[in-house]
Amino acid sequence: MRPFAYERAADPDGAIAALGRGTPAARYLGGGTNLVDLMRLGVEEPELLVDVTRLPHGEIEALGDGGVRIGAAVRNSDCAADPAVRERFPVLAQALLAGASGQLRNQATVGGNLLQRTRCTYFQDVTKPCNKREPGSGCPAREGDHRNLAVLGHSEACVATHPSDMAVALVALGAHVHVRGRRGERIVPMPGLHRLPGDEPERDTVLTHGELVTAVEVPALPWAGRSRYRKVRDRASYAFAVVSVAAALDLDEATGTVRQARIALGGVAHVPWRATAAEAHLRGVPATEESFATAAEAELLVAEPLRDNAFKVPLAHNLIVRTLLDLVNA
Amino acid sequence: MDAVTTEIVLTVNGRERRLSVDTRTSLLDLLREHLDLVGAKKGCDHGQCGACTVLIDGRRANACLALAVAHQGAAVTTVEGLGEGSGLHPLQQAFIEHDAFQCGYCTPGQLCSAVAALAEARAGWPSAVTQDVGHGEVVLDEAEIRERMSGNICRCGAYPGIVGAVAEQAR
Repeated sequence: MRPFAYERAADPDGAIAALGRGTPAARYLGGGTNLVDLMRLGVEEPELLVDVTRLPHGEIEALGDGGVRIGAAVRNSDCAADPAVRERFPVLAQALLAGASGQLRNQATVGGNLLQRTRCTYFQDVTKPCNKREPGSGCPAREGDHRNLAVLGHSEACVATHPSDMAVALVALGAHVHVRGRRGERIVPMPGLHRLPGDEPERDTVLTHGELVTAVEVPALPWAGRSRYRKVRDRASYAFAVVSVAAALDLDEATGTVRQARIALGGVAHVPWRATAAEAHLRGVPATEESFATAAEAELLVAEPLRDNAFKVPLAHNLIVRTLLDLVNA
Repeated sequence: MDAVTTEIVLTVNGRERRLSVDTRTSLLDLLREHLDLVGAKKGCDHGQCGACTVLIDGRRANACLALAVAHQGAAVTTVEGLGEGSGLHPLQQAFIEHDAFQCGYCTPGQLCSAVAALAEARAGWPSAVTQDVGHGEVVLDEAEIRERMSGNICRCGAYPGIVGAVAEQAR
């Protein structure tokens, strides 16, 4: 690991200013569960770390209108255990609990979870080319080991997936990410924080260097009590998603029809994938397996699986249908 | 850039320690190499095996991914500090009685992790296998214990004994 200077700022603007004094390799330090690992692997080589875990962003606020505002420094475990999060947005608590381990969730922050990097093996191996790590060097994953990589929205340059479970739930819930930079604050909606790779796979998100995530606000969604996260992985626990789905269902129980639905997919794209085509198909239809299958099909029409990951398409299809059926019966 | 060293103060197993460390030093290396507390093990050094698990301010964490410099002022408990004095922690005794290890390399991490997992369950924290995250208390059945302990790998496969020991302590 390369030597680095360490700073701890007293307030957000101090952190932003401190990072601004570094090179473009300087990084904010949250829980460090991804960044420290990447530094050890030589993927990240910051000469400066600015610790943002002690900034006043450690609280979860249950908002009067039914939403929640989660400070960026809140640990994943505390967010998953929060009574308001659990009651209002079960899908978010479940997504957090589906990720990593008890130890890692105690360390990882909400802001850091959003900004974690892909676990594509070529990205993490500095002896291999990777357009995300070293723009223009090539992508061996397209012809190589890509079983667990993207089937939607990938590009010639990059077939990586975003690894977060939490972000899939936040995309389904339409969260707002509060970001602070040298020119003040802005709000980035989800989906919209993460970007498809295109020909700039080195850019995971729309944030610019030095912008600091301060909070994530989940707007009220009265029917999100009927929501859940379901994750398929290669072992029973403590593994990244092969495919996952976050879904919420607004069900008219009297008529058995769907008023509206929210669906997002994980493990399939460079972004947590909001399934807007499926959502459009579900408005006003009977809450049946047939409707859900039609909606899933509509979403996955644009899938472009690679040689070894075509299985993800029917897996995603079945996962959408099964999760929606579970929500009808919830 | 030359190595950067910095002064930190930590409380380790109840004792205040003042150290000068390279900013790159993990909490795990600080414990093992600077304080000769070799209970916490370096298995993978990537947060994937759990052998380095310690308690930081009472919460379980992977010491391999924790930068020591970022934990200025923290209270750290390692396996050496679990028991009272020279006595065993009840969970350590349960591990012996349930044959919960073979080679023992992962055991310090398993113990620290399990102590915290029991506390998390007592605090009502749900897990990925909790049926209803919105309500209800946590019952630590086998599925819950296995899920909550999934961050600790045992390559000898002593899992049935580990589950048995933790289940006994959950009662």
